[in-house]
This record gives sequence, structure tokens and C-alpha cells, in this order.
Amino acid sequence: LLQSCSPCNVMFSSLEGVSLTAAKERGQLVFLEGLKSCLDLLFGEEEEEQSGQPSPLQFISESASNLKALFDFVQTSLTAAGSDSWKGPVLLVDDLSVLLSLGATPVAVLDFIHYCRVTVCSQLKGNIVVLVHSHEDSEDEENELVVTSLCHHSDLILWVEGLATGFCKDVHGQV
Amino acid sequence: IVSTEEDKYGLYSNLLFKYFLAEGVVCGHELFVASAKEHPDNILKELPAPLLDDTCRNELGEEATAVKSEDFQDSMKIAWRYQNLPKIEASPMTSTKFGHYYDISKTMSPELCQSIKWHSFYLPEELSLQPKMKTCAMNSAYRKLLQSIQRIIYHEGFDGSDPQKKQKNILRIGIHSLGSMLWGDDICSSDTPEDVHSLTKFLYVLRGLLRKSLSACIITVPAHLIQNKAIMERVTNLSDIVVGLESFIGSERETNPLYKDYHGLVHVRQIPRLNSLICDVSDTKDLAFRLKRKLFTIERLHLPPDLSDTVSRASKQDLAESAKLLSSGCGAMAIGKKHLDF
Repeated sequence: LLQSCSPCNVMFSSLEGVSLTAAKERGQLVFLEGLKSCLDLLFGEEEEEQSGQPSPLQFISESASNLKALFDFVQTSLTAAGSDSWKGPVLLVDDLSVLLSLGATPVAVLDFIHYCRVTVCSQLKGNIVVLVHSHEDSEDEENELVVTSLCHHSDLILWVEGLATGFCKDVHGQV
Repeated sequence: IVSTEEDKYGLYSNLLFKYFLAEGVVCGHELFVASAKEHPDNILKELPAPLLDDTCRNELGEEATAVKSEDFQDSMKIAWRYQNLPKIEASPMTSTKFGHYYDISKTMSPELCQSIKWHSFYLPEELSLQPKMKTCAMNSAYRKLLQSIQRIIYHEGFDGSDPQKKQKNILRIGIHSLGSMLWGDDICSSDTPEDVHSLTKFLYVLRGLLRKSLSACIITVPAHLIQNKAIMERVTNLSDIVVGLESFIGSERETNPLYKDYHGLVHVRQIPRLNSLICDVSDTKDLAFRLKRKLFTIERLHLPPDLSDTVSRASKQDLAESAKLLSSGCGAMAIGKKHLDF
């Protein structure tokens, strides 16, 4: 949601043997570029609206803050390819905290993740990896609510932070 | 997006804002200046004049030699361990030159200003504009601003939509005091604002526009006035670089002898991670700024040695706090200051 496609491409290509573009062409990867999708939604021409499919980020322009359109997008992408080809799908969300900044309520965000879990984990036997921002003195209560709830429902939590003793050149932080 | 948290009276953040725009003029970029308070024409008239190479070297050279002669003459007796460490050049002229230097006691010549193309958005004049953007729950001033930016990006071809335009240029956008009441946002006046998400939605869309075009943007935000701190946390997450300016004016630090050489502190809250997995982290985290007659400089904060027996408790605590944060502080003290000039 926060970065456009090409920086991600560059990042992944620095890892040996991994290419996002190739994966996309093989149908292995569906990339929702949140920023681009948002721009299309808000500045798009009239004709695009009539093409039928609502934008995944529909909730930004509507006052109702449910993320159903986003979930529909996820579901469609995962089931469109046919049940054979998607073995153990992985849904990666970067980053969930942005949805709160865009007007979604914490409940809507948690509902979205819940629906995704049902589809991805239970039905399709896959995994979900979600990135959220948080820190000790955060005053963002909505965000902390989402983070706490996610922690309760997660099988594995990776908490990445800088060192408590302060900044150090060689070791940047701890996991 | 470069977000600057304004200092209390906005003096220094205005300077940074003008430096950003001035650099654009000198590099031949196109400018887009948006303000709800001061007319962009006036802002552009007050840009600092660039320092030409010769004068620049003189200005900074004088200072550098003064520092050198004081500190480096005597061999070190107490701090002998540091003698063998390479001396850090105080003068920036020897390091790779990045950007230009400006003389803030002079304003940029009108000819230079007019040599580039610029666009302005002055909110009081744009009130009649009907936004064509799809409705979304966002403050109408922000919507109009986004509309205006999107239009310039599209019509001037910054998003690559006009393949015939061979000369690629960069659009530098400066938005002054975003989030303040003058933009119709009440996040600075109430802790339960009407629309908490307006500013963050605006930033998200702005980010989208910047990502798909050849542009860079600086915004200044009166962070000290925003009641709901969660909003500033979200603004930080949505920006690429966040710098906070804390001026000493009117605070107890103004009279604190520890900070007598400086006018304020620079807090780097976020550094960009564009197109890479890691970011370029500098050695020091403590930066202070000072406004001299002609130059605004940002330097590594270094503290005078704690020699006095009668140092008061408050300042000792300050010193201890800062010492904890300074990782290579001792080295810097003995060897010299490292200047980061704008």
C-alpha cells in the first residue's frame, strides 16, 4: 500500500534469483499497487467507472469504512487462477497501519483480516504475512488496538526494533 | 515527501522551506508553491541568493581556518588517544559538493527567479475553484490542492504522459503549514477534530502523485499545535523523510550554557528507504542548527567539557542525557566540527 511497484522490483531483484516481473508474468504474483489504485479511483476518467469492477480501495471515497471491496479483490485474485495452481498461497500486506490513516475503522481492518484468514488460511491452506507499525510510546490508540488484536491471533510475531541502548553503527537493531 | 515539523514560531522551518525552493531555482527545476497564509509570489521574492563559488569559499574558508588554528596547534595532552585519528575537515569544500550554498542576508535576484517556470496555489484565491476530483471524505482545501498538483503534473508532462517532451525536468513542490487552521483543518485547534483522516488521506494521495512523476515535495507541519499525537505518528509513517526543528526561543534551553552556540536542535525522525532494503544511516544522531548572519548551518551537536564543580543539577542531567545519545561525540569534540551546510 505504501510503495509503488518499481522500488519493490528493485528490492527483490537484489535477492538472488527472485524477480517480481517474471513472477507476475507467470501468474504467480498479483500485485496491488495501493498508491496507483487510489489515484485511479480519485482522478480516473468517467469511462473507467463503468467497466464494472469497483476499485479495491473504494472505501476511501465512500464515507462507509468497510473494506469489503479490498477483500473481494483478494478473494478474486486467489480463486481466479483455479484451485490447482495456487498451492499454499501467501498474502502479504504492507502495511496494514496505512488503512487506518485512510479512514478505515479498526473494526473494519480486523474484519478484513478475519475474512482473509478464512479464505487464505482455512480454505486455501495458505499463509498471511502482515506488516504493521507500532512503538512503545505510541499514542495512536486505533493502531495499537489493531496490533494487539493481530498479536493475539497470530501464530508468529516478529518484532523488529532498534537497540534499547541507543544507536550503534554495526548492529542496527534486534528482532 | 520531506516533512518538516515546524519550530514554535515557524522561523527556521520557513528558512528550510525557502532553501528547498531556492535550490530548485538554481538547478533549473520547475516549482509549485502552495500556501494558505502568505502569497506564493511573496515567498518567491524572499528566496536567499545563491553563493557563488568564490564568495562561498571565502565565507566558509575564514571560519574553517579559525577553527583549525585553535584546535589543532597544540598536541593533545589529555586526549592523546585521539591524536592519531584522522582529522575531520571542517570546511565542506574539500568533500564532494552536493547542492548549493546560500546567503540569507541577500535575496535572490528577480532575473534568476524568473528564469524558471513556477506555479502557485494560494488558497484564498482558489476558493471558487470547483474540485473535479471524485468525492471523498476530505477537506475541500486539500482536495483543491491535490487537483491543482495533479493537473500540473499531467499537463506539464512530469508523469511521462507526454512522450514528445524530451527535456525531462523535476517538479519541486513546497506546501506551507499543512494541517494548520488556514487550510480549513481543525486538527490544530481541537483534540477531537471533525475529520481526523483528511490530512493523512491527503498525504497518501500526494505520495501516489509523487511516486508516479518526477517530483519531490517538502511540507511543513505545525506539529507542536496538533493536539492528537496519533496524527503526527501517521504523518511520519506516510512521509519519506521527517525532520523536526526545535528552536530554543522562549525555552529554558535558550539560557542554558550547554547550548550557547546554537539556536535549536534538529531531530531526524525518519530517513528514506527508497529503492533499497536498507537506508544510509549517518554516524551521528544529534544535530543542532544555528543561524548566522549569512548562513544557516546544521552541525553535529557537541558539548563543551564538563569542567565546573558548580554545574547545576538541571544542566548536568541534560549533559548526561545528551552524552548517552552521542555515540561518537568524544571524537568529534577533540577533532572539530563537521558542518552540513545548506
